[in-house]
Amino acid sequence: MARWPLILGAMVAALGAGWYLTRPAPLADNALDRLTPDAARGAVIFAAAGCASCHTSETGADTLLTGGKRFASPFGTFVAPNISSDPVHGVGGWSDLELASAIVAGVSQDGSHLYPAFPYTSYNKADMQDVVDLIAHMRTLPASDAPSLPHEIGFPFNLRAALGPWKALFVSEQWVLATAETDALERGRYLVEALGHCAECHTPRGALGGLQGDQWMAGAPNPSGEGRIPNITPAALQWSERDIAEYLKSGFTPDFDSAGGEMVAVIKNTSQLTDADRAAIAAYLKAIPAIANP
Amino acid sequence: MPIKGLTLLSVASVFTLVSAAFAAGHLTQDQQRAMDARNAHMTLYSFNLGKVGAMVQDRVPYDADVASAAAANLAALAAIDEAGYWVEGTDTSIEGSRAKPEIWADMAGFEAEQVKLATATAAFAAVAGDGLDAMKAGFGPVGQSCSSCHESYRAPRE
Repeated sequence: MARWPLILGAMVAALGAGWYLTRPAPLADNALDRLTPDAARGAVIFAAAGCASCHTSETGADTLLTGGKRFASPFGTFVAPNISSDPVHGVGGWSDLELASAIVAGVSQDGSHLYPAFPYTSYNKADMQDVVDLIAHMRTLPASDAPSLPHEIGFPFNLRAALGPWKALFVSEQWVLATAETDALERGRYLVEALGHCAECHTPRGALGGLQGDQWMAGAPNPSGEGRIPNITPAALQWSERDIAEYLKSGFTPDFDSAGGEMVAVIKNTSQLTDADRAAIAAYLKAIPAIANP
Repeated sequence: MPIKGLTLLSVASVFTLVSAAFAAGHLTQDQQRAMDARNAHMTLYSFNLGKVGAMVQDRVPYDADVASAAAANLAALAAIDEAGYWVEGTDTSIEGSRAKPEIWADMAGFEAEQVKLATATAAFAAVAGDGLDAMKAGFGPVGQSCSSCHESYRAPRE
């Protein structure tokens, strides 16, 4: 009986230690030292990372990062925030280091964890030069004074501290394709696994929302509840590398059907890449393990 | 005759049940024909897009006559009045339909997409015979029009 306070104390200590160990970890103060941002290069990173696909509105311009798009999930509905250059309602008032911390470490300016609806789980593998170029480009885009709307997330998922253990469990800096044998494969891996964050939709998630690495790109239910996001491993995607590259350029499949749904926004991005980059993505998709769906 | 009465009753109930099941799993003839027509129309787009698309993607040499003919077909297809296609009850709730309910909820927006395609294909038909570069330039807006409509009004495959 006298043991209960002890057990309770141990539990509180464990929780405290867990919270402390998984507290938000922004970038080190010197993380961006000796990097010179190049806004023009950043425009390509902006396209490759697909920023506009989520952060523009249905009706606004392709460069107005006003937010407001809604993303249904089993944990609630996430609402994309305003990340335009507006100093009050957007992120124009954030320093380069604060923005870089959000992008690669999922830590907000106020020091709290960001939800992984924002794919820092992929961007954490981005080159820091690309990140500063991207930030420089974003600062050239127009400001929107639309306030960011709150996420519609219920208990317990509204506890941001719980994202600490989540990150410890599910965020990895390892490449899924462990060896990239050619330069093209290495570039393709970077575009797909880091900037393009393709797996965020094309790989199924476990009960806690972590990507299932052994089902890499094997397709997943659409979180919106509508249809399925297709398997794009070689087990299902029989197109040639050229077919894949053409699709990413024009949106046309080899039999001249055209992309629909969310892929239309993706192709708006991939159409801005070079032919070599699209070929690299295609090479990567042919190199990942074939995973058949049951 | 209680037995005969019972038999009649069972036959009647079985018939009712079967009809209900039939109604749930099958479309009316009007619905089925509208869906067949939609799919056939899309197949014709795809066939003609394939002719010009192969040249745009530099898979076959440019042929002005083939390009002009296919582009004219696309423009003709886009000019067809589709009003009869969108029969009530043929949205994604029906097996095999990828037509999103947004088509019916936002018919004006949907029709604006058709106008966009008609405009793009007419402009494309005017330049498709003028050489490879002119054809490639005219093809872009056609593809963007396909994507734009599919983005909002077509559901992914099951």
